Amino acid sequence: MKEVFIGAANIITSLGFTTAENMERMKAGETGIRHWNDKSLSPVPFWASRIDDSLLQKIFSIYADPRDFTRFEQMVICSVMGALKNSSVPSGDKRTLFILSTTKGNIDLLKNDMVRPGEGNRIYLWKSAEALQNFFSFINRPLIISNACISGLMAIIAGSRYIRTGAFDHVIVTGADIVSEFVLSGFNSFLSLCDGPCRPFDKNRQGLSLGEGAGTIILSSSKPGKEESRQIRAGFGFTSNDANHISGPSRTGEGLYRAIRKTLEHNPVQVDYISAHGTATPYNDEMESIALTRAGLQSIPVNSFKGYWGHTLGAAGVIESIAGVYSLQENILFNTLGCNDPGTENPISVIGNTHKAEVKSCLKIASGFGGCNAALILHK
Amino acid sequence: MRKEEYIISDFCIIRNNRAIVNGELIFSAPRHNTAAFLTALYRHLDVGYAKFFKMDSLCKLGFLASELILRKHDPILPDQADDTGLILANAASSIDSDRNHQRSIADHDAYFPSPSVFVYTLANIVAGEISIRHKLHGENAFFIDRQFDPVRMHAYATQLFDEDIIKRCLMGWVELDGDRYEAVLYFIQKSAGHKDGIAIFEPGKLNDIYLQGSDLWNN
Repeated sequence: MKEVFIGAANIITSLGFTTAENMERMKAGETGIRHWNDKSLSPVPFWASRIDDSLLQKIFSIYADPRDFTRFEQMVICSVMGALKNSSVPSGDKRTLFILSTTKGNIDLLKNDMVRPGEGNRIYLWKSAEALQNFFSFINRPLIISNACISGLMAIIAGSRYIRTGAFDHVIVTGADIVSEFVLSGFNSFLSLCDGPCRPFDKNRQGLSLGEGAGTIILSSSKPGKEESRQIRAGFGFTSNDANHISGPSRTGEGLYRAIRKTLEHNPVQVDYISAHGTATPYNDEMESIALTRAGLQSIPVNSFKGYWGHTLGAAGVIESIAGVYSLQENILFNTLGCNDPGTENPISVIGNTHKAEVKSCLKIASGFGGCNAALILHK
Repeated sequence: MRKEEYIISDFCIIRNNRAIVNGELIFSAPRHNTAAFLTALYRHLDVGYAKFFKMDSLCKLGFLASELILRKHDPILPDQADDTGLILANAASSIDSDRNHQRSIADHDAYFPSPSVFVYTLANIVAGEISIRHKLHGENAFFIDRQFDPVRMHAYATQLFDEDIIKRCLMGWVELDGDRYEAVLYFIQKSAGHKDGIAIFEPGKLNDIYLQGSDLWNN
């Protein structure tokens, strides 16, 4: 069994177009969640973390003509290019796989074009992935994972398995989703959007903030550099279904608890820090506190990044894992922005202030519609 | 790690108003629309699962296909819940419900997005419905691909078997796009004690089964 090393990475959110830019603004305590009154996205005003379109176009123009790619694809391309720039991984090699993780991809195209079956529109994710494959000259057909809000974490787990079993030497994992009228209206109908920046794990949390983003993480069977302290590995990860309800989290945190339990059983490391899903909906955060308590992890420092860039859906697992890797490399634990008064029925150790701390391992967890849950260990 | 031999112990195909289990035609209906056919098949199977009527068509299709196979294995025992995998794929994701949700927000003066439609705008909800029905807590994955790829699906499942993450799995293709629908599911388990399986678990056999009557798909 081979080890899985984390190589170059990139994060694109409203806070910046590189991981470093995002982390610096997070250290300064900035949020990218703003108030919007944009009738093209919602008949009512809303709060969300959105990527500046003119900036995206400007950066994307370096690589290709923006008219040839959708907004979603532009974000993916900018993110993959951002990671490849700092990597010697051969992207056009037959031993390299590209995994694309997203919940809704080009869903904004549906608005203008209610496609007829069989038409080769890029509303179909495989069509969009084909355009990306051509752009990057990937030899292997991209693997597309669309598994609600655990998509990104599942993509890293799947990519790690491919490396461990020797199926591929390098896996480029990219997660991306846009803020669309489609998704905004849906979460609004669920009454699960917060009127203000979201407040994960706070006693008075009222719901989530949507965000858009793209993240890329490169997994390899070879060590990315010489500096031992900066070498982070992806351990074993697991998914599990609640088998309870398609839109409500399990009251016992069943699937998440099982995913965590299996992950802890297979990784002989002590968990120093937990990067939670923490969407800031009353039910999700409560469920996570129950699962973490059942797993005996209630006293381990835990945070949610959603207060910084909102819930980026299919990108969340990837960009939050990258932030977790950064935390391990820099020995820094970020606060849970928006959480002023932690309040879950099962008390957990929500990180109050961003601070330096020696951390060797991170448990990343995620949950989503359809009752799906995932857990993964990242460690030194 | 010792490599076990796995077999395809059961399979089912639902397409073109017909349902086939292990090669045997168990139900066919005169040509009518997707929704009517799925309801007719549900009634034929006499399942008695009221939640079926709340589901969107993709979930109904996947639910019925899983029912055709898992009712032979039910109940999945509680000690098997964690190591029974569910690996699904399709090309069109949840396009049917996507269109329904989009229709509900097309006009700002008649804006009526509904949570009961929106929740189905994710392809993996069908995996959730199957997991609820059969109490499955094992590995789940939903892939999007241009067409059923037996090599890729086989490789992914084999990885899970080799790492001892799952001991058996329900896997296959659940596709629904307008009036086109197609479900081909396989149940894979260790050959030990199941010598009467349909075929050895390998990409070629998955493909042979998939192609049974597939000429009808394009009609």
